[in-house]
Amino acid sequence: MGKKVLVFADRRDGVVRQVTYESIAAARLIVGDGKVIVAVLGTDGKKEVESLAHYGADHILLLEDGQLDTYITDAYFLAWQYVIDQVKPDVILTGHTTIGKDVAPRIAAHFDFGLISDCTSINMVGEEITYTRPIYAGKAFVKKTFVSGTQFSTIRPNNIPTLDLDTSRSATTEEISVEIKKDRLRTIVTQVVKKATSGIDLSEARIVVSGGRGVKSTEGFQPLQELADVLGAAVGASRGACDAGYCDYALQIGQTGKVVTPDLYIACGISGAIQHVAGMSSSKVIVAINKDPDAPIFQIADYGIVGDLFEVVPLLTKELKKVIQNG
Amino acid sequence: MNFLVCLKQTFDTEEKIVLKNGEISEEAVEFIINPYDEYAVEEAIRLKELHGGEITILTIGPDRAEQALRSALAMGADKAVLVETEDLEDELDEHSISQLLYAAIQEQEDNYDLILCGYMAVDDGSAQVGPRLAQYLQIPHVSTITKITIAGNEVSLEKDIEGDVEHIQTHLPLLVTTQQGLNDPRYPTIPGIMKAKRKPLTRFEIDDLSISEQSISAKTAQKEVFLPPQKQAGQILKGSIKEQVTSLVEKLHKDAKVI
Repeated sequence: MGKKVLVFADRRDGVVRQVTYESIAAARLIVGDGKVIVAVLGTDGKKEVESLAHYGADHILLLEDGQLDTYITDAYFLAWQYVIDQVKPDVILTGHTTIGKDVAPRIAAHFDFGLISDCTSINMVGEEITYTRPIYAGKAFVKKTFVSGTQFSTIRPNNIPTLDLDTSRSATTEEISVEIKKDRLRTIVTQVVKKATSGIDLSEARIVVSGGRGVKSTEGFQPLQELADVLGAAVGASRGACDAGYCDYALQIGQTGKVVTPDLYIACGISGAIQHVAGMSSSKVIVAINKDPDAPIFQIADYGIVGDLFEVVPLLTKELKKVIQNG
Repeated sequence: MNFLVCLKQTFDTEEKIVLKNGEISEEAVEFIINPYDEYAVEEAIRLKELHGGEITILTIGPDRAEQALRSALAMGADKAVLVETEDLEDELDEHSISQLLYAAIQEQEDNYDLILCGYMAVDDGSAQVGPRLAQYLQIPHVSTITKITIAGNEVSLEKDIEGDVEHIQTHLPLLVTTQQGLNDPRYPTIPGIMKAKRKPLTRFEIDDLSISEQSISAKTAQKEVFLPPQKQAGQILKGSIKEQVTSLVEKLHKDAKVI
């Protein structure tokens, strides 16, 4: 029997994020002969229609409203509530991102829905949909199901592969609107300060270059940043480096901090404490660079170099530049 | 000003996870206040130092959770409430827990101006309970805050949004979820620990709360817990640093195909 699967698109600076395409792929897996409906909030949603259709959307709801261009909890709450009331979906999927994490639980509480957050895979087992998610930051995993009612889940970026691009696919579109009264918005965003980091989000980065206590200072992150720039990577850090004040807590990877699952993780001067490893051990390939041959990080690394990161990293940057330039 | 902090006792982050009969073993495990909730406790204490008031700590959990409450009292909170869930742990999901917190808040005589919760717990990591609770209470929430300033009824906040910082203006009553970088939690002092033993701690059983069994019954069920495949140690490269780097680049390019 076909289901109605509703995906809330996640946009950053107006652009639909990768995790939306990953959510659509999950939706297609469970939709049967039903419909994958994607809701796009904010202005200029039309430009996303074609690409959403090519990656698996059947029907696209456009809620063009300037008040939804910046994320405000109450505004998004009203918009999501309206869309859910209209669509009456069997399953709702969205990204486990700043927006999804913030509004999904409120929506779940309002509708009395269960919510399984931060899923790394979704599968059909017979007629039942099972949701797999990490606990203890990936030291263990659980498989969960819904007891009853609408199924609602947020998807961890970088885990579910998107479908292959199919340019022959098309989708129907529908413009909808909801009244968002100013006096319903209880919080106001007065300013957004962009941090000086490269702008590549850690949780979605394909490559992460990460530094630990061995980096020794704020300036010590410079060679790591240069390596990251060459690779188009994001820079991360261990708790040791953050606690020592070498970098911002926003970069911290671990059980406290962010959990990342990139294709390539390069750990520089990181010893590999359990709490850090929990945040990165699911990376597909791990490279460790450390002076101490007994550092526990080498036990989970695919490739290890025992040496001083200040010698190794600049050399690595130089060698990689050559390879990348030669294609 | 009345502050409420909702906290959870969790495994220490240095603990390894061991399965016994398909369940996570608590044998010889060290428990701590969930690190994100510790930021919430610390911030409540700092705000109380500035504005005066009273701090209540609330937890849902087994008997051992009293330890975490006593630690928060030793840091400087005033009183604590424990809703005991003995044997029910596995049957409660985020929906159940937020309903229980809501019901426990209804039992209190105080009206809270500011409710602080950790942004997530380091065990389940679902980041749901704070926003769910705010919805039940019909008050606004701001999640993952890294700074809070209160002036009268007005609240200015800074929030971590995937590396960038958002400045937000709102008003009390309010629920916030606390993120790393907000503060550096204090260690309890010996006099603090002595005092904490005498501070009021109220225990409830679920049956004491005016909430039906149906409204706390879980919407989701856990089918299986499993450990991820053990990552095998790879190869330590050999030769001079120059040779090792060359060989690494080649392996990343040709074998692993990640660049």
